[in-house]
Amino acid sequence: MTRLAVPKTYKLYLGGKFPRSESGRTFEVRTPAGEFLANAALASRKDARDAVVAARGAVSGWAGATAYNRGQVLYRVAEVLEGRHAQFVDEIVQQEGVSRAAATAQVDEAIDRWVWYAGWTDKFAQVAGNANPVAGPYFNISVPEPTGVVAIVAPQDSSLLGLVSAIAPALVTGNTVVVVASERFPLSSISLAEVLATSDLPGGVVNVLTGSPAEIAPWLASHQDVDALDLVGAGDLDWVALEQAAAESVTRVSWPEQGPDAAAPSLERIRQFTETKTVWHTKSLL
Amino acid sequence: MTMERAVAPAQRAVDILGGDVSESALKGYLDGLPGVDAVGLEQRAAGLGTRSIKTSSKKWALDRIIELIDLTTLEGADTPGKVRSLVAKALVPDASDLTTPRVAAVCVYGDMVPHAVEALGAAHGDPDQGLVSVAAVATAFPSGRASRAVKLADTRDAVAAGADEIDMVIDRGAFLSGRWGQVFDEIVAVKDACRKADGSYAHLKVILETGELNTYDNVRRASVLAILAGGDFIKTSTGKVSPAATLPVTLLMLEVVRDWHRWTGERIGVKPAGGIRTSKDAIKYLVTVAETLGEEWLVPHLFRYGASSLLNDVLLQRQKLASGRYSGPDYVTID
Repeated sequence: MTRLAVPKTYKLYLGGKFPRSESGRTFEVRTPAGEFLANAALASRKDARDAVVAARGAVSGWAGATAYNRGQVLYRVAEVLEGRHAQFVDEIVQQEGVSRAAATAQVDEAIDRWVWYAGWTDKFAQVAGNANPVAGPYFNISVPEPTGVVAIVAPQDSSLLGLVSAIAPALVTGNTVVVVASERFPLSSISLAEVLATSDLPGGVVNVLTGSPAEIAPWLASHQDVDALDLVGAGDLDWVALEQAAAESVTRVSWPEQGPDAAAPSLERIRQFTETKTVWHTKSLL
Repeated sequence: MTMERAVAPAQRAVDILGGDVSESALKGYLDGLPGVDAVGLEQRAAGLGTRSIKTSSKKWALDRIIELIDLTTLEGADTPGKVRSLVAKALVPDASDLTTPRVAAVCVYGDMVPHAVEALGAAHGDPDQGLVSVAAVATAFPSGRASRAVKLADTRDAVAAGADEIDMVIDRGAFLSGRWGQVFDEIVAVKDACRKADGSYAHLKVILETGELNTYDNVRRASVLAILAGGDFIKTSTGKVSPAATLPVTLLMLEVVRDWHRWTGERIGVKPAGGIRTSKDAIKYLVTVAETLGEEWLVPHLFRYGASSLLNDVLLQRQKLASGRYSGPDYVTID
């Protein structure tokens, strides 16, 4: 007996929920050969606004969680990602038109990077922080703290690996994220959102928008409640204008990266969205 | 404040019910009110909530919302300092944009009235003239569970301290047990206690606490009862009970006011309070008032929002309209 297929509706991921775009718009996602794959939500500026509100609301909880706890949650994401391995491979093969071997390698690498970053949550402060020598009876300690809400334009040439490489480092220190997924390959981002939604990651910590980065990014860049802007995948946009808009409200900006090594794992990717807090504390007893 | 509009206590009931106002006459009148079509009411409210208000209309709406806000702080932790900062915010809601209008009133507990009056200084007065009035909650707000002597003393105290408006709560227990005469008498007595030294009356807003009245029929009866007893405003809620103001309940109260205006030519005010936190919600109420009673009702002596956090959201929307980019909570005060 033939069975009627049940195609998935790809929606947005905002505040832990999967709403359609406020605008009601969708766009067609096609294979490189031009075959129809799915309809994805075409996010509007108001979806971006809602995403920032959700991300702002999630900052205190996520940044306030212990580093150890954040590590556990992020590791849990990797576990669930591993369980959905085959689904991600299928989606990448369909979207990018690559071989199964290449898709498998991409998913493997994405999971490995996620685990690598998860491990840094309770180790990063030891590396980036410091006990500073001062001429007085005080402890002087510098510690990295999360910047807050980070808006990311994900790498556009990769469906899963680029996205993971951009999101994971921002989450390590307790930032929350609004990410605009790859315009050509948006499906993996929503499947990743399903993984995040079922991995103890509090709602609002990651918010995924699919659609046109050229349309949404200017609203995120100029948004006065966005603390940092990662333009890693914005190389094809007028990213200088985005940086200028971001500067209006003193938003931290990280520049576009091109090529297969874009957003390669590094401590710098974690550090760029932290603020160093330095405190003095009396030694009191000498 | 259009004080001359305020009628003597119970005068309306005398006019409507004729001669002696007895409990049975009141009961007969309220029982005779038609029932509310709940489905129709909710559909009408939902329909009014779908209007899309854009650009210049939105700008007008946001400014008008600010002019209609009773900026409220009703916490056990209130202090004179907190009231002073509330007043400062009422006078200059957005220090980054001095074209922002002032709110209609500040709403505080009775013992905070002197501090509010002092902080307002020369800006204290009629919101129709761009000044800010002082509203005080009274009658053992929010529960209303105190003897009548205490409630009346509470009211007189606030009026003597300089409150222009009194927000009283009705005795929901008595209302729900069918002792409508008792509720009526109490409103009449509180109205009487609103009399100032110069013989004018402080405006009386009667809080029905619709979240505790259970049915729309009860809301309609309580609205009419409050108007008959001399209320200048009918107000949905204290904000301490959930659900607080909802659009259908407010629409129903607006309809009572509309009908009252048709019968008698007299204009009663409406104040939804509690739970209105976003500009989007507030605009829905604006649309509902304009469609039910007409735009002439969108003035401070006929319509108010009881709200604390609404103002900040309206300011963020205003900043967005002015600058073309989204603003954030860092650009408004923390209240």
